[in-house]
Amino acid sequence: MNFFKLSPRDALLMVVFAAVVLLAPIWMKPFGAAYPDLLQKFAIFGLFAIGFNILFGLTGYLSFGHAAFLGIGSYTTVWTFKLLSMNPIPAVIFGTLVAGLFAVLIGFVSLRRTGIYFSILTLAFAQMCYNLAYSVLTPITNGETGLRVLRDDPMLLDKALGVVQEGSPIGSFFGINMRGYPAFYFCAVILIIGFFISLRIFRSPFGLKLRAIKSNQNRMRYTGFNTRPYLLWAFVISGMYAGMAGSMLAVTDPLAGAERMQWTASGEVVLMTILGGVGTLIGPMLGAVLIKYFENIFSAFNESALHDMFSFLPSWLETVMVTVVHPFVGEGWHLTLGSLFMVIVIFLPGGLVEGATRLFKRRKSDGVTNKNSGSEN
Amino acid sequence: MDAIFLQTLNGLDKGGAYALIALGLTLVFGTLGVVNFAHGALFMLGAFCAVTFQKILTLSKKVKDESITFFDAYKEIPYLEIWFGDTGAAIIDWAVPLSILMAIPVMLLIGLIMERGLIQYFYKRTHAEQILVTFGLAIVIQEIIKSFFGANPIPTPAPDVIAGSANIGSWIGLSDSLVYPYWRMIYLLFALAVIGAVFAFLQFTTFGMVVRAGMADRETVALLGINVERRFTIVFGIAAIVAGLAGVMYTPILPPDYHIGMDFLVLSFVVVVVGGMGSLPGAVAAGFLLGILQSFASMNEVKSIFPGIDQIIIYLVAVVILLVRPRGLLGRKGVMED
Repeated sequence: MNFFKLSPRDALLMVVFAAVVLLAPIWMKPFGAAYPDLLQKFAIFGLFAIGFNILFGLTGYLSFGHAAFLGIGSYTTVWTFKLLSMNPIPAVIFGTLVAGLFAVLIGFVSLRRTGIYFSILTLAFAQMCYNLAYSVLTPITNGETGLRVLRDDPMLLDKALGVVQEGSPIGSFFGINMRGYPAFYFCAVILIIGFFISLRIFRSPFGLKLRAIKSNQNRMRYTGFNTRPYLLWAFVISGMYAGMAGSMLAVTDPLAGAERMQWTASGEVVLMTILGGVGTLIGPMLGAVLIKYFENIFSAFNESALHDMFSFLPSWLETVMVTVVHPFVGEGWHLTLGSLFMVIVIFLPGGLVEGATRLFKRRKSDGVTNKNSGSEN
Repeated sequence: MDAIFLQTLNGLDKGGAYALIALGLTLVFGTLGVVNFAHGALFMLGAFCAVTFQKILTLSKKVKDESITFFDAYKEIPYLEIWFGDTGAAIIDWAVPLSILMAIPVMLLIGLIMERGLIQYFYKRTHAEQILVTFGLAIVIQEIIKSFFGANPIPTPAPDVIAGSANIGSWIGLSDSLVYPYWRMIYLLFALAVIGAVFAFLQFTTFGMVVRAGMADRETVALLGINVERRFTIVFGIAAIVAGLAGVMYTPILPPDYHIGMDFLVLSFVVVVVGGMGSLPGAVAAGFLLGILQSFASMNEVKSIFPGIDQIIIYLVAVVILLVRPRGLLGRKGVMED
């Protein structure tokens, strides 16, 4: 089939990506990140950011409401668990589809506007979802407590097939419990599929049209293109990615809460995408991993851990370092996040991927000419 | 009838806060062309000016409590009270209104530093990048405040004299049960005064005239040999003062915590967009409109017809208005359109 045909370079990229993801438990070890909970988060938020990038990276439409789809995906998944089966396959499918449905509705309305108006419209919709999930929709969302799977839920399909589970309900992929490494590999496979689809979109005429919309929508319209359907498709696809990520959050931990939909969560995915590199293939994934990694590592530090870390320094310097670093770790992790945000946007608007390419290019040109080192770009 | 009147009043003070923040946002956007997501942080900083001022005034000394005789008990007495007696106590009581005196120079300074230090480099960048960098700045400011003042709301009461409620109902011949806190009334008047002052400043001073001209056509004003950029920097400082004052005066209504700014920011952006980007009267009108609508939506009679409407009314109105009137209520043509 044509869809699966890749150029040799892309095929190589795909293979390397899959290998890196699947072998993550091994090569992440030296970084202290090789435990399944964190790896799951990498995969899930990687997928979220990859999907967000299809909208923001390709079309330039900055949505501030993507967390809503994440939350909708989570809620749908938990409901599928409750009503049908603890098998994650139908749960993820339903989660993705329902999120897609909402994306059609929200996208159809929001995409009538561009620029900041679009951002505010998506933000407004997401905040409405969040507020409703907290208040009136409590019968569906279980409000502040969060929606969870109970032992006496119907689970019709499981009952019909005679699947019985011991202990507290947990997603189970034909008998394999969705905990620890099996759950990570489940997420990893979906992530690889998601990355493949994103790669295909980037290389397709559809992706090219989205890029054209980003660079000059008016000119695109003058040539006779109706840009609206393309934008809507991009919005829906990225909404479905978000829904899928939300589903996987619920698969690995069958619990859905409204705080997932808050606008700060939308802000986080924007940051991931920016940090890695907007509009690049691998950037968003990179950004998601880095942020989740630092969040986990940094917020775990406390003062004594810091003293241990700098214990090789002379004691006065150790004290100085600890006082300097302390506000940035542990509870102050958000300070690091905010500063990182600013530094990236100010100095490296293209994200890490752009930084890497720039570095690479300079090396190359230095090798060729070996002079005028001051010339940049 | 009573309920409607009361809800209108309730909406007005909240609307006042929205209008003040939205006014600053619009000023910055109209002059510098920058979408400032850190504006909520300025509101929060203003509120914490009041907190700091109160803390400074109540710096205390441990004094032995003479009224307790059978063991050594100590109580804290503020220095002001020791030095000036009752006058000192009165000053402490009036800490919140007095902190305006401190907030104005402090907020002006913060605004100028922010503009010169960061915002000026973002005039020419895309709106997405402006949003992101100011969003990051807002997070940083929040966290700094959090590390100094903690995460809990800090109570900053209004002066005792005006702590109670006014019997508005009996004043205007409606039922006696209609009461309204004095402070909220003061807030509303204060908001109106500040808005009036900003408009008067823009309308009746030479400086304001230049700023308005610059908003309309920056290039031409610059060609006439006027340093537009410096004036716009000052406008940013003014916007910071307005946001800060809104924050200072809001503290008795809602004890400030470090994320109070973010809570208001999202709503204020909705307000700005509903009013029309770049339109000052639009921002003010939309602020009051949405404030009143919000308080009407939280009436029980309305809630029983549309459950949950109080949670989403603002966003719902925003969506409807943006779809019906793309440029917002009073938006001008050509602003924020590509």
